Amino acid sequence: MANKPDTTAQKSTVRRDRGRRHPLATVALILVGLVGTGGAYALFTTSATAETSAQAQAQIDEGAKLFAANCATCHGLNLQGTTQAPSLIGVGAASVDFQVGTGRMPLAATGPQAEQKPVQFTDEQVKALAAYVASTGPGPAIPTADQLEGKNTAEGAELFRINCAMCHNVAGAGGALTGGKFAPPLAGVSATHIYEAMITGPQNMPVFNDANISPEDKANIISYLKYLDETPSVGGYGLGNLGPVSEGLFIWIFGLGAIVGITIWLTAKSN
Amino acid sequence: MSTADAAQTVEPTKGQRFTGWAANYVDERTSISGLVKELGRKIFPDHWSFMLGEVALYSFIVILLSGTFMTFFFQASMTPVFYDGSYVPLKGIEMSAAMASTLDLSFDIRGGLLMRQVHHWAALLFVASIGLHMLRIYFTGAFRKPREINWLIGFVLFVLAMAEGFTGYSLPDDLLSGNGLRIIDGLVKGIPIIGTWISYLLFGGEFPGEDVVGRFYVLHILLLPAILVAALGVHMLLLIINKHTQFAGPGRTNDNVVGVPIMPVFAAKAGGFFFIVFGVIVLIASLFQINPVWTYGPYDPSPVSAGTQPDWYIGFADGALRLVPPGWELELGAFTLSLNVFLPTIVLMLFLLVVAIYPFIEAWITGDKREHHIADRPRNAPTRTAIGAAGVTSYAVMWGAASSDLIATHFKLSIESVTYSIQALFFLGPIIAYIVTKRVCLALQKKDREIALHGYESGRIVRLPNGEYIEVHEQLDEYDRWKLVSYEDYKPLMLRPDAKGRITNGQRLRSRASRWFFEDRIAPVTRTEIEKSKHAEH
Repeated sequence: MANKPDTTAQKSTVRRDRGRRHPLATVALILVGLVGTGGAYALFTTSATAETSAQAQAQIDEGAKLFAANCATCHGLNLQGTTQAPSLIGVGAASVDFQVGTGRMPLAATGPQAEQKPVQFTDEQVKALAAYVASTGPGPAIPTADQLEGKNTAEGAELFRINCAMCHNVAGAGGALTGGKFAPPLAGVSATHIYEAMITGPQNMPVFNDANISPEDKANIISYLKYLDETPSVGGYGLGNLGPVSEGLFIWIFGLGAIVGITIWLTAKSN
Repeated sequence: MSTADAAQTVEPTKGQRFTGWAANYVDERTSISGLVKELGRKIFPDHWSFMLGEVALYSFIVILLSGTFMTFFFQASMTPVFYDGSYVPLKGIEMSAAMASTLDLSFDIRGGLLMRQVHHWAALLFVASIGLHMLRIYFTGAFRKPREINWLIGFVLFVLAMAEGFTGYSLPDDLLSGNGLRIIDGLVKGIPIIGTWISYLLFGGEFPGEDVVGRFYVLHILLLPAILVAALGVHMLLLIINKHTQFAGPGRTNDNVVGVPIMPVFAAKAGGFFFIVFGVIVLIASLFQINPVWTYGPYDPSPVSAGTQPDWYIGFADGALRLVPPGWELELGAFTLSLNVFLPTIVLMLFLLVVAIYPFIEAWITGDKREHHIADRPRNAPTRTAIGAAGVTSYAVMWGAASSDLIATHFKLSIESVTYSIQALFFLGPIIAYIVTKRVCLALQKKDREIALHGYESGRIVRLPNGEYIEVHEQLDEYDRWKLVSYEDYKPLMLRPDAKGRITNGQRLRSRASRWFFEDRIAPVTRTEIEKSKHAEH
């Protein structure tokens, strides 16, 4: 609608290229529209948070209770940390969601690194704990669903090979680190947890911040890992994706084993 | 001539007449009947372990067939291209034409993936069966005169098979094989002074360059197979000339071969066996994935995946490198001597050298110049068997070291303690294996001797009139006893002055070695001993 006067303006004389007939009028109009809707949206959502802030506070209180009961022994009642465990101030909701949501925390036993065990809390309880820890200091937040949607699997695969494969193995099968520590296998890990691991760097993993790997590329990496999860191995059973070691063991034990069995059968004397 | 008689009584059919005419036509022009007559009556003894070499031969044929298929589609070039095939996670990624054509072979060419997997599994089986075949030859002493040369040729075949395997593994130019090549590049560069020059010669400049795939392709499909086939021909020819060994048994002597002739029984069996081996390989290849290069991605010198290993037959070399403690470098002025890489190379070369020349070492120690056509039972040559066990152990330890990281993750150990344990095992393992094997062999020989002399426990308990209980021992029959008592007996060589009345240092060394070899021995049961034991029973 705004275009119509503009097209006539272009046809007409120089004097009329002002005011609402200016060539940039469309751009200005769009800008105003965007700012208007954006502002309205922001206004609407802030009014919504005002409504939910009571809920959020309840969640934080719930988290605080859970924290005091399950985590404070090692991490301290004020999250300040003890000789047993690090301070949690400023680790962010993402860190809590990863550690507790994958069952690594509460710690099953001290060891080279936190081992996964069955998740101890319900999803709401995990979120409550995360909200509580996040409320004590700013830190990485739990990623939203649209942050996990990668568009370029090929680029994700390449970034995975360059940044992740040296520890997690090129097929995400996991690998050994020093002193009994290890990079775990990545098959079946949820997209949220992969994203959280990249931004918080749990255990021995380095932090891949947004300057290092952009959020889009993180999503691409996740889409590659999901591709590996969802695509059956094309060449048959994958033997754990461990490469030549499992292939070599297979040919010696089952391949040559079968062949030797056959040679014994062929040369057996009939009784 | 009997066929001529038969022809008079029964009129040959049209088909029979044609066969007869064709056979005659060929024979008149090639005189092949002489060869067939000679070869067709070649005798092969029957024992399962005598078929391991055949397995190697048949898997080699499978490799040739599947490999030929792949040459139609594979492009041995490192020209960079952008992949545009069916595999989504690599679409648009820059890679060499070799990698792209391997992906096409896997995803876009009908039967290509099966052929790739058949080729790779057959290659693993090829080297594995060669290894097992060599162990059979070694532990039965089948490398002794007159077969030492054939052992050497067999060894060359083993090395060629490894070289074939490694060059083939490098061809797809994927991440895993590129990492493997980088290790070989490191091994080459570790050679003092000439290392760097050889590396530049091999790769046509700085690693990885753009030449190596093309060069390895020529090696892999032309040069190495040509040498391999030639050596294989000589290997089989010598097998026919030397005849096959056989295990001791009634009627089997050093001067005959007891078994079935090639024509027709053995040929039918062997032909069938070829198809069984082929079938097993295809079955494995269709059910189990091997070398998924699409997961590894194209080669790029920066990423190295965790759990990067070579194919199993190069594993011992990788393991030897992993066992070297840190800091083994010497700086001599401007040069760095990389002992951490060079020493393992030397150890590997020495290991292979000992394997190659073992028949000559043993012949020198025993001073035995006779021909041997009866295969030893491993227990009857305790020292040789013990040396073999020590060799297998040191190979296995190096092999295991190549998967130290997987051992650590799968058994929940720390990689350092795995490495330290394997380092200790590298030195202690062969010694323990030697001692234990030798004792086990001697004990088994004693048991054989006991059984030959006093029979085996029948499990029948008899109470004598005086109240004593005895278990009745049954005597073996003659056939079974033969297997237990007929083996060569060696004694340590006596140190005697030669014709000039001197004792040379060489002779001293030899008599010491001979004492080491034969000092602990169980003499075979003699006829008189058997007779005596029979009288004692009555």
